[in-house]
Order: sequence, then C-alpha cells, then structure tokens
Amino acid sequence: MAEKQIYYEDVEVGSEVTPIAKVASTLMLVKWAGASGDFNPLHFDDNFAATQGTGGIIVHGALKRSWLGHLISAWAGDEGYVKKFSCQYRGMDYPRRMASMMDPAEGETWWCKGAVTNKYVEDDQHVVECEIWVENGQGEKTTPGSATVILPSKKAKK
Amino acid sequence: MTEAGISDEIKAMIGTMTEPSIMEVERGAIRRFADAIGDPNPLYKDIEYAKNSRYGEMVCPIGFFGWPIKGGGLEQMMGMIMPAMIKAGLFRILDGGVDYEFFIPIHAGDTLTSYGKVADIREREGKSGKMLFITMEQTYLNQNGDKAAVARATIIAR
Repeated sequence: MAEKQIYYEDVEVGSEVTPIAKVASTLMLVKWAGASGDFNPLHFDDNFAATQGTGGIIVHGALKRSWLGHLISAWAGDEGYVKKFSCQYRGMDYPRRMASMMDPAEGETWWCKGAVTNKYVEDDQHVVECEIWVENGQGEKTTPGSATVILPSKKAKK
Repeated sequence: MTEAGISDEIKAMIGTMTEPSIMEVERGAIRRFADAIGDPNPLYKDIEYAKNSRYGEMVCPIGFFGWPIKGGGLEQMMGMIMPAMIKAGLFRILDGGVDYEFFIPIHAGDTLTSYGKVADIREREGKSGKMLFITMEQTYLNQNGDKAAVARATIIAR
C-alpha cells in the first residue's frame, strides 16, 4: 500500500495488527458471489436459507477469510510478504440489509484484528507470527486464524 | 441411524489424487475481487502503480485461493468421496477453514496448474455424534513449473 511501511524492528510480541472495519451487507455478499463464483443461494436467498437451519442468509466464510487477507497484507505493506495464512470458520454471521441502493441499514460492524505472537530471524528472513481474527458486533471471534509474515528489516535496508 | 465413522472405503481415499486443473490469474478478476471485499490496495487495481512496485505487475490477493481460484479438483474429490460418506450417514457438509502456504508471488497473467489430493481423513466425536474432518490439499504450480502455493481446506462432514 502507499502507506508507511512497517519494519521488523517496529513490532514486538503483543503489538497490534492495524485493525480494519468491515460491514457485511447483502450487497457485499452478492458482489462477493460474483467475484468469487460461489453462487450458493444460502448467501442471498431468504427462502432457501430458511431450509438450511442457519437462521437466515449468512456471510460466506471465504469472504471473511478474504477480509483477513486484506488485514494482514495491508499491515505487511508492499515490502512485506505473507508466507502462511490460515483461518477457521467457527461462527455464523448475518449481513446487514440494504437501506437504499447504495447504503446498508444501521447495524452490526465487524472488525478484523490481530496481534503479534512471535518474531524471529531465520535464514536471513525477518519473520513475524500473528494471530488474526474477525470479531462480530458482540465481540465474538467468529473467524480466528493465524499468519506468518516476512517483514523488511531496517538493518538490511540500504 | 447408520453407524457413522470411517469405513475402509472412506479410509482408502486418503492419498487419492485428482486430474490437474489449469487456471489463469486475470487482472479483471483481481480487481473485482478487491472491489467486492473493500480492499483499496493499488496493487490489485492500478497497473501503473503495480508496474512500479517490487512485483512489476498486479498481484494475486491472499484470499483469491479457494474462490475464485478453485482448488484443483476439489469438486472432483468431493464427488468421489460423497457416496461413501452418505452411506455412512454423513451428509451434512461444512467448510471448516483453510490453511495456505505461499512460496513465490503470484502475478496477474500467471497460469496456475493445480493438483488436488485427499491429504487426510480423521474422525472426531462431536456434540451431535461422529464427525469426519477431511483435509483436501491443493498444490499450485506456475507456468514455469515453480511451486507457487499450497492450500489445505478442511471439510467437516457430520
């Protein structure tokens, strides 16, 4: 990103991964269906969803995964590199309905967050491990995960 | 109710490989993906910016794997494994999560060949009875034959 690059020396265990807010709306779910090719009607059709025992249409797990991809790649910056990434789909999330053509109704906001859990140098690479997660409006971590990022080092910078 | 669990028929599927599938990483698909998830990173949108970056081209977002870049033969694998699972009374399928490892950057214009494998099948006792955790592993090679990424998807059957 065109933002300030983070370096290995800037982070310690416990450092926060810069959080990002997301609003899942029915519009976003439809855009995601089109962009991803996942056309399971569980994510856009109320009548179908009512037969699936989910309590309504739900946010795609893969969309939440991609939010976390946004979180960690934005934090790592153009000079950082995400080496490993994982997440688990633990809880269901329900999108906001649309109040107008463009704007979702008032309601829940999701936060993508993370924290550094380990840092070390291995084979001249400056490695930072993070736990990451998507948190719903009730503060529940519906999509926990982890990431391993190679950050640039100020020492290696010429 | 049928006795649920790993039958020899299911166990024998560990190690099964699928036919390779070939996918192009398209600039337009990357743009639509970034737009759908609300990621403003210019590496996914702006060709001039990307050309001047260390990557020299638009790059593939992390969450791109799974959807829209599908796992090599994931559907084929599920097709092979489903009849045995249904016979075992395990017909409710959940997406449990993903685990990625990246080896080299993947650029717009790359052609990926993906090989799928049933990496593991484990049985666990859940609240509502037995569950199977099926790990599908996909290995992606780029057009030069270099290993670009490995994705492991966990499918839960109950």
